[in-house]
Amino acid sequence: MKPQRKKRLTLILFLVAGVGIAVGLLMYSLSQNINLFITPTQMADGEAPVGRTIRAGGLVVVGSVERDSESLGAKFKVTDGNAEVTIVYDGILPDLFREGQGIVAMGQLNTDGVFVASEVLAKHDENYMPPEVQDALEKAHVDGKQSLEAARY
Amino acid sequence: MWQWLKQLYHRLGSPKWFYEITGKWIPWLAVLSVLGCVAGLVLGLAYAPADYLQGNSFRIIYIHVPAAIIAQSAYVMMAVAGAVYLVWKMKMAAWVAKVIAPIGASFCLIALFTGAIWGKPTWGTWWVWDARLTSMLMLLFLYFGVIALQQAMDSEESGFKAAAILALVGLVNIPIIKYSVEWWNTLHQPATLKLTEKPSMATEMLIPLLIMIFTTYLFFALLIILRTRNEILWHERKRSWVKEILEH
Repeated sequence: MKPQRKKRLTLILFLVAGVGIAVGLLMYSLSQNINLFITPTQMADGEAPVGRTIRAGGLVVVGSVERDSESLGAKFKVTDGNAEVTIVYDGILPDLFREGQGIVAMGQLNTDGVFVASEVLAKHDENYMPPEVQDALEKAHVDGKQSLEAARY
Repeated sequence: MWQWLKQLYHRLGSPKWFYEITGKWIPWLAVLSVLGCVAGLVLGLAYAPADYLQGNSFRIIYIHVPAAIIAQSAYVMMAVAGAVYLVWKMKMAAWVAKVIAPIGASFCLIALFTGAIWGKPTWGTWWVWDARLTSMLMLLFLYFGVIALQQAMDSEESGFKAAAILALVGLVNIPIIKYSVEWWNTLHQPATLKLTEKPSMATEMLIPLLIMIFTTYLFFALLIILRTRNEILWHERKRSWVKEILEH
């Protein structure tokens, strides 16, 4: 390779590596702000600010959903496998909302440690399967899936 | 092997050679793209079972995932072509980088658009500022920046140089897009197709997806070839071999 070209190639490699390192460090230092939501464990550890709008995420605990018969209001718990947080929400829940499903809620943590949500989004996982397969899986292990999915959070 | 690669590399630098050899590939690529697209879409939309949770709305994956993969592959290709131009001053590389930019931007836009359509019924929102969606939007803006820089300078050459540098700087965004769903909490789900593990998708849903990804690559190759040939004809229009072609 001609020395001129070698020089230019080295310059380009340094440019790409330099930008990579700079952006990598930036991302690392900002990682808490890039996270879309806060996990129930972080809330239990007191990392979540009270009274400020934040997002909370986790799996809806099976058997925890209580719907108000008079209004749209719903109360449920979400978990990440370690800690749980209670969420109250007055609005239309997404179609995919169900027990055991991952959700992301936007709202505020009040002083009682209850998360008052103004928006609830369903989080989808990376598994795709036909309904028959899901039925067979459920028969095989009814509660195995919840703990398996909880491990991902 | 190395000698052969070196020879191929030097040949790729010759517009005339590229023009002649790709002329033979076009019909094949076109036929295979159409057949693959028909097969993939019929299998995906009609024969694959509905998802246990999402029902039929998951079928947008057959457009969304191939488009997103091509958008990223195209960007890497564009940056590599830009580097080749900066180092070896190969004109062909600059033209390839120029023609890829709008194609990649289009696929990026398709991925963002289909994602929003899918997000509304699945998540409950069109858009959320999570790491995956935001980094993908950054990719679209990088494409726009490259396209703008290519045209912004007085001489075409300095435009290509500036655009190549921007493309190389933006390369850092590609691993961010790929790993965003693993490094941070996002609303977007992690990858279904993994290089090292079994895909977490039923086989009858997976086969049409793989066909669609492969076909979209073929279609992408076809688009690049067609547009590069136009660039060649335009830039080499005063050469005798081009004049000969145009006369016939």
